[in-house]
Amino acid sequence: MLRARTSALTSAFIRRYATTPSPHALVFLEHSQGELDSGSLSALTAATQLGGKVTGLIVGGPDQVPGVLEKAKRIVGLDTLLHSVSPQYSTPLPETITPLLEKLLSESSPFTHIVSAHSSSAKSILPRVAARLDVPAVSDITSIEHDASSNCTTFTRPIYAGNAISTVRASSSIPIKFFTVRSTAFSAAALGNADAGLKTIDAVVVSDCPSEHIDRSLNQSDRPDLGVANRVVSGGRALKNAETFQATLYPLADALGAAVGASRAAVDAGYADNSLQVGQTGKVVAPELYMALGISGAIQHLAGMKDSKLIVAVNKDPDAPIFQVADVGLVADLFEVVPEMVEKLKQ
Amino acid sequence: MRPSAIRLLNILVPVKRAVDYTVKIRVNPEQTGIDLNVKHSMNPFDEIAVEEAVRIRERLKDAVKSIKVVTIGPPKSTETLRTALAMGADSAIHVEIPESAPAPEPLGVAKTLKAIIDHQKEGVDVVILGKQAIDDDAGQTGQMLAGLLDWSQATFASKVEVDAMQKVANVTREIDGGLETLRCRLPLIITTDLRLNGKRNSLVLNLSDHPQEPRYASLPNIMKAKKKPVEKVTTADLGVDLTPRLETIKVTEPPKRVGGSKVANVDELLAKLKEAGITAKRV
Repeated sequence: MLRARTSALTSAFIRRYATTPSPHALVFLEHSQGELDSGSLSALTAATQLGGKVTGLIVGGPDQVPGVLEKAKRIVGLDTLLHSVSPQYSTPLPETITPLLEKLLSESSPFTHIVSAHSSSAKSILPRVAARLDVPAVSDITSIEHDASSNCTTFTRPIYAGNAISTVRASSSIPIKFFTVRSTAFSAAALGNADAGLKTIDAVVVSDCPSEHIDRSLNQSDRPDLGVANRVVSGGRALKNAETFQATLYPLADALGAAVGASRAAVDAGYADNSLQVGQTGKVVAPELYMALGISGAIQHLAGMKDSKLIVAVNKDPDAPIFQVADVGLVADLFEVVPEMVEKLKQ
Repeated sequence: MRPSAIRLLNILVPVKRAVDYTVKIRVNPEQTGIDLNVKHSMNPFDEIAVEEAVRIRERLKDAVKSIKVVTIGPPKSTETLRTALAMGADSAIHVEIPESAPAPEPLGVAKTLKAIIDHQKEGVDVVILGKQAIDDDAGQTGQMLAGLLDWSQATFASKVEVDAMQKVANVTREIDGGLETLRCRLPLIITTDLRLNGKRNSLVLNLSDHPQEPRYASLPNIMKAKKKPVEKVTTADLGVDLTPRLETIKVTEPPKRVGGSKVANVDELLAKLKEAGITAKRV
């Protein structure tokens, strides 16, 4: 509490007497089932690169927040941790979170940057808040540089499905700079022995909310999460159907300890759930190993995986575009190759 | 006397003219942007939005009073509006900006759309937008518009069921790790995900044998679309300023990735993996 007050005083002081405020980022920390999302930890790493203070914000239901708070206050690089608890935040909606952020960012706010992962939840919330504050937002950034003397922040971000890189600058005329962070471009902040100061923020109750959460169905899997996995085994349309997709890919993924991904064609054909889709319109991954099996390599798919460290492709078609980016290619029938790989990996 | 059919919903669909998704784009030598002298078409996510609006009318019949499409762009964007009209929209609004004007930012677009909605005498009940444009990949406009209007929002929709009588919609959304269903009161902003209406032709190549449900505009519909009204307005009429607030310093090519060698068999493949330090998971 004392710490929080001191920092508030300091920032007020800087605001009044210096020409430019030193950066102070507010990071929207997401969590699910008691764990912090690793995407948020990557967003925090990006926030620390601004070179100023970093405050975290956790919102959630009364049964969710206390557990996550214990972990979140240990995040290395975090100065202060704000938290707001309300039954309304148990399944957060943009309509309920926006008023809270708006209040938090009103006049006396010390924050210069609002940061989150480029997750489906934050993507829904942040632009809504930015618009209410009449500031633009920058999506899916892959690098960041802040010039404290001019209060300009320069970002790079992929455009045209990653086929071009845009460098954009948010100048001092934008008082609060909103951005979402591509998690694969920043390492996740570590949990250490840090002890961020905690501060409670009163929830802003939205009476008569126009949207209501009805239900949620999440895919249960004991394999690593696709977005953060070190290794990904991905299948395309050549996998024929859902049964052969599972029967062929899952043993290989398990042998490698890899997550399973899919091309859009495989998802659309119903072989795999859409949460497994890798590409411009699905997940962007950058694992150590990306194994593309029966994937031709359309540009929309490449946009989601071309920053992987080692790309391995198996395809019957020697002219498939995937071979132009694959470090290791094998022209062969995946239904023969994959079982053989599993067998030999097990030895 | 027969009671007249209830006419309730006015749907607005903002669409964007963008470089066609099949074009291999090239960064211009000045590094100010990409070469735009290439094929353009309607942003694929917006095509899904138009399709969904038309399907809502097919389901709800007379309960949908109007489907209006709107675009903000240079004179050539009229083509995009005509495409939407041929798909089944009733009328269009073109906020024309000069060919040489910089691309408007999502916030500017959202403000323009809000101004248009404010000008609609009969109001707007549902706005359906694409979840992102495939050129700037920002994915912000729908959310920003919802924020400016303080309306409910349902982003990344893969299923929409509108109840015109109750003025609510159940929307299934694609979220990280699965699906979520919301019940939203109208007026509502929806942004479309790819699977919203099974219109799967756009972003997938080599899917010739896949069951598709594309709504190709038929020739009679294209002819009819030529007669549908397109209203032209300017940013001055709407009192909005589309000057970008973020400064684009440069646009560059991404680092080139060069493919490696091909191997002859599984043993060689596994040897390469081992070389890279990748071995089987120890159980």
